[in-house]
Amino acid sequence: MRSQILMPVFFLIGLTLGLSGKLSSYTPPAEWTTYALYAMILLSGISIGIDKKSWEVFKNLNLKVLLVPVAIIIGSLGGAALTSFVLPSLKLREILAVGAGLGYYSLSSIVISELHGEALALVALLSNLSREIITIVLAPVMVTYFGKLSAIASGGATSMDTTLPVIIKFTGKDYAVISVVSGVILTIVVPFVVTFILTIGA
Amino acid sequence: MSYIIIILLLGIVFGFLMQKSDALAKINTSLLNVAIYGMLLLLGIGAGSNEKVIQNLDHIGSQAITITIGAIAGSIAMCWLLSKLIFKAK
Repeated sequence: MRSQILMPVFFLIGLTLGLSGKLSSYTPPAEWTTYALYAMILLSGISIGIDKKSWEVFKNLNLKVLLVPVAIIIGSLGGAALTSFVLPSLKLREILAVGAGLGYYSLSSIVISELHGEALALVALLSNLSREIITIVLAPVMVTYFGKLSAIASGGATSMDTTLPVIIKFTGKDYAVISVVSGVILTIVVPFVVTFILTIGA
Repeated sequence: MSYIIIILLLGIVFGFLMQKSDALAKINTSLLNVAIYGMLLLLGIGAGSNEKVIQNLDHIGSQAITITIGAIAGSIAMCWLLSKLIFKAK
């Protein structure tokens, strides 16, 4: 939980340092960030593989439950795609890459900064961070009006950890399993989908 | 580009093989957190020193929120449909 708070803090420290202009003469070689990204991706992969929880999820997988993360991906990308009508300055591919973060702001924004650039990475960071915050704040409203799955849908990849407490609180223990399964699957899928969207045909 | 996917898969396989090692799991979590902090710090520095980004901050913010609203609404709509079609009993 502590790390969840520290992540935006580190970004803000960086932003302040960048804004102060004191670092203007310093630009790290581009390869450094690339290697750092690869190291991070490797560590992320290991954390997925080594996590017994994620494999338990696959062992006891129920087909109906599997449809939840599928619906969340399709819905998130479809809903994001619709916003391209009001965001003419962004390409559809860019909007989809941001939407494909599914709330996993740290990894998605870092991957996007490497593959596409800082401006879109910042959009991804803010967008996916706000997805997490909106879920935490509005979960009770969503559950009241759109049913119990709606809070899990809104949480996206975060429904396995940061938004899980609020989801359990407003949907009950029965939905906790669906929430974890969906969050685990979406967390695994995010780096693949974001990379795929930004590299295919580009 | 596709390196990302290959490296991710390698990591998953390696992690799966090392599942019995709780020590590695712990070290890995700490290393991953440090790596993410570092990358987010760099991303912050990059964004903060990029004039184009800073001048368009309000624009970037509104784009972000718009995409979020679209993505959340879309996923809720799909799950609502799913619950009507599949989870009817509940």
